[in-house]
Amino acid sequence: MLDFLARLLKSSDNSSKDKAKERLRLVLVHDRALLSPGLLESLKEELIQVLSKYMDIDEQALEVNLDKSDDSVALIANIPVRNVKRRH
Amino acid sequence: MGKSIVITSGKGGVGKTTTTANIGTGLAQLGRKVCLVDADIGLRNLDVVMGLENRIVYDLVDVIEGHCRLRQAMIKDKRMENLYLLPAAQTREKDAINPVQMQELITQLKEEFEYVIVDCPAGIEQGFKNATAGADLAIIVSTPEVSAVRDADRIVGLLEAQELYDPKLIINRIRPEMVRKGDMMTIQDMIDILAIPLLGVVPDDESIIISTNRGEPAVMDKKSQSGQAFRNIVRRLEGAEIPFLELDDNSVVGRLMRMIGVGKR
Ligand SMILES: Nc1ncnc2c1ncn2[C@@H]1O[C@H](COP(=O)(O)OP(=O)(O)OP(=O)(O)O)[C@@H](O)[C@H]1O
Ligand SMILES: [Mg+2]
Repeated sequence: MLDFLARLLKSSDNSSKDKAKERLRLVLVHDRALLSPGLLESLKEELIQVLSKYMDIDEQALEVNLDKSDDSVALIANIPVRNVKRRH
Repeated sequence: MGKSIVITSGKGGVGKTTTTANIGTGLAQLGRKVCLVDADIGLRNLDVVMGLENRIVYDLVDVIEGHCRLRQAMIKDKRMENLYLLPAAQTREKDAINPVQMQELITQLKEEFEYVIVDCPAGIEQGFKNATAGADLAIIVSTPEVSAVRDADRIVGLLEAQELYDPKLIINRIRPEMVRKGDMMTIQDMIDILAIPLLGVVPDDESIIISTNRGEPAVMDKKSQSGQAFRNIVRRLEGAEIPFLELDDNSVVGRLMRMIGVGKR
C-alpha cells in the first residue's frame, strides 16, 4: 500500500522518467518535422492554397519554421499579406 | 525462401549484437535453419559473442569480392547443427561493399536458410544502408534512455525511406526497480513515443555479461531471465502470442492488480 501511495505522489511530482518523456516528446516533434523530407514544404503549399481564398499573400516571402524553446515547440509562420479580399 | 531480419538501432552499444546472437540461437533451438550475418565491417563482434572467433578463415567481404565461395566463409556453430555465422571483415571499411551486393548475398542465403539475421553497425551511414539492403523485416533495439529512443525514432524514418515498413521494437536493459521508482521510462512510455509494435522486453541482466564472457548466448541458459525474454521474442517471431514479461511493474499493487485482471496485459 505504501508503494501505491508512493507512486501516486510520484506521478504528480516530476520524476526523472517524466522529464525524459517530456524532453523526448519535444525533441521528436522537431526531429520529425525537419527530417521528413518535404513536410514543411507541403505544409507551405497547402497553407498558400487555404489562405489565398481569403487574401492575396506574397508566396515568395512566405516562411514557415518550427521554433523550439525550453518547454515547447511552436510553428511560426511569417506570411506577408498584399491585400485582403472584400467579403460580402 | 527464407526471411531476412536486420537488427538495428542507430545508437551504438544498445544491444544489437547481443540480440542478433540470442535471436539466432533461439530460432536454431526451435529447429530453424539460421544464418547470422555480421554486417559490422571493421568492428566485428558477433563471432566473439557466439564463441566462434577461432574458426574464421574467410569473411563477408571475401565472399563479395569473389575470393572464396559463400560456403567456405560460413562457420558452423559449435552447439547447433542448423546455425551458421557469416563473419564481418575486420581489416576493411564499411564502403568495401555496397547495398546491391549485400542484397544479392542475402537473397542467396535466403534460398538455403529459413532465417537470415543481420547484425547492423551503429550509425546511419553506409554500414546501415548495407545492412538493411536485403531485409524483409527490421527489428529496432533501444534502451529506455532519451538518446537511444531519439535515435530509434530517426531509424524508423530512415527505414521507411528504404521502403522497410512496420519495424518491431525490442526494449533492452530495462531495470524494473528504476521503473518502479519513476526513474526509468516504462514500456508503455516507449511504445507511445515510438508508435511501433513491441516484440519484446529484455531486462538488464548480469547473465548477459556472463554468457558473453563464455561465448554462449543467454538464450541457451534456462535459468537466465534475459534468456527467457529472448526465448519469448523468438516464439513471437514464429507467430506465437506470448504475454510480455511483466518487468515494468513489480510492485505488490501491480501484481495484485494483475491477479484480479486489472492493469496492463
Ligand atoms: N540486457 C543486457 N543486460 C546487461 N548487459 C547488456 C544487455 N544487453 C547488452 N549488454 C551489454 O552491453 C554491451 C553492448 O552490447 P552489444 O555489443 O550487443 O551492443 P551493440 O548495439 O551491438 O553495440 P555496437 O553499436 O557497438 O555494435 C555489451 O557489453 C553487452 O554485454
Ligand atoms: Mg554490435
